[in-house]
Amino acid sequence: MTKFGTLANRYWPTLVLFAFLLASWQAAVTFGNIREYLLPAPLSVWNALWHGDTAWWPHLWTTTFEIIGAFLMAAVVGVALGVAIAWSPVLANALVPFLVFVNTLPKVAIAPLFLIWMGYGIFPNMLMGALIGFFPVVINTAVGLSQVEPDMLDLGRVFNAPKWKIFVKIRIPNALPYILSALKITATAAVVGAIVGEFVASQRGLGYVIVTTQSSMNTSVAFAALVWISVVGLLLYGAVVLLAHLWAPWAEGVD
Amino acid sequence: MTKGLIDLDRVGMTYQAASGPVEALAGISASIGAGEFVSLVGPSGCGKSTLLRIVAGLRPATTGTITVAGRTVTQPIPDVGMVFQAPILLKWRSILENVLLPAELAGKDPRALRSRAEQLLEMAGLGGFGSKLPRELSGGMQQRAALCRALLLDPPLLLMDEPFGALDAMTRDDMALELLRIWGEKDVGREARKTVVFVTHSIPEAVFLSDRVIVMSARPGRIAADLRIDLPRPRTVELRASEAFGKLNLEIFRALTGKTIVGTAL
Repeated sequence: MTKFGTLANRYWPTLVLFAFLLASWQAAVTFGNIREYLLPAPLSVWNALWHGDTAWWPHLWTTTFEIIGAFLMAAVVGVALGVAIAWSPVLANALVPFLVFVNTLPKVAIAPLFLIWMGYGIFPNMLMGALIGFFPVVINTAVGLSQVEPDMLDLGRVFNAPKWKIFVKIRIPNALPYILSALKITATAAVVGAIVGEFVASQRGLGYVIVTTQSSMNTSVAFAALVWISVVGLLLYGAVVLLAHLWAPWAEGVD
Repeated sequence: MTKGLIDLDRVGMTYQAASGPVEALAGISASIGAGEFVSLVGPSGCGKSTLLRIVAGLRPATTGTITVAGRTVTQPIPDVGMVFQAPILLKWRSILENVLLPAELAGKDPRALRSRAEQLLEMAGLGGFGSKLPRELSGGMQQRAALCRALLLDPPLLLMDEPFGALDAMTRDDMALELLRIWGEKDVGREARKTVVFVTHSIPEAVFLSDRVIVMSARPGRIAADLRIDLPRPRTVELRASEAFGKLNLEIFRALTGKTIVGTAL
């Protein structure tokens, strides 16, 4: 009850502002004679979400699947590359310039190439999300693994601890808050990547729905798709925040 | 030279800086006996911390030889406890788990040492704090936990690098008494005590704790004086106000600054 109390205390301004904006929006459309294809009223968006012709489930599922896939790929590959960079200076010299080059490429520009190489499908869109989201994970993993106090490493040397043990017991836990912090960025990047992929080439997914509304002028459906995208994005972000809370409670309040 | 636990024979250290080679230590020769409490005092940058790390085998000397317990030091030596200026506890581990870290790093079973770790925490006045995280403890308490960690494997040699340097003056004096108590100045004889090499830049702290104070000068770091502290043990708070204590402080101050007459313009 007290926890609910503090939550309510903290978020009531957000809720009030949100309700006010929605109400103003609805009022503007209703009394301002704004045409629905330009700006649909919140109630029309609500109708498109629940009572419209669009069968949301397959689209929602496809995009969610792509986003989660992109996120996991970015996380696994990012951590692996970060570990490689921190483990060996030779690998770091080999990988870092290449990774920086890949990161400076505008990923959106590669999306049409993905279509040529892999055709339509879920995988190229996942890959797009992973490509946009993996870089911060690499950097933060490498930094977190390296930012250990020199005295701590001396302590390890005093006890003649093998390199892998220092890695497992000191470096990896030390890097955990850094990695989780990067994964928050990755969570939003995965959403961007999946939608961009769907814009370029797809037959299903929330990005695909938005593209089709361009020709049908069914703007309320586009808004409804946006609502779904933000729901998925927020849930994924929330999951990472929760994970950080569970896995690295000692670093709470660092970012 | 008499054979001690630690023998330093003309130890020198030169490192390469951007501007060229810098001589950090030159011609350090000293012998430290088993069970002795020796402080190294000197101005900042005199290489006293470097010397401590050379003794531990963590940094190589450029010239000279270091012998600890009869063996020439070429790599990190076993059976040594180290305490640094910062507690450097692992933030994600409880205090007890931090104290047990050396066991894990040294490949020993931490479960076998659990009761010893708890005993050490009890002795250091941290009895109820084993399950707390480091950030829940004050700086002084964290440093006491670091001392417990250094003592876990019961090393005969304790190397301490300005361990109380980051603490406020009152906590610092308390910790000095605490350290002597844990060191066993009351309970055990000289032969059962650990050898301590204690780096500090506080003269009163060095006098209060030590059997012997080695005064170093800077650039390059050399031994300027080597003084025996013949104050009675166990040392007490009252001792700090005694004339003998003040005299030793002054003597070390003179050795440090090279001034025989201490002026008023201090």
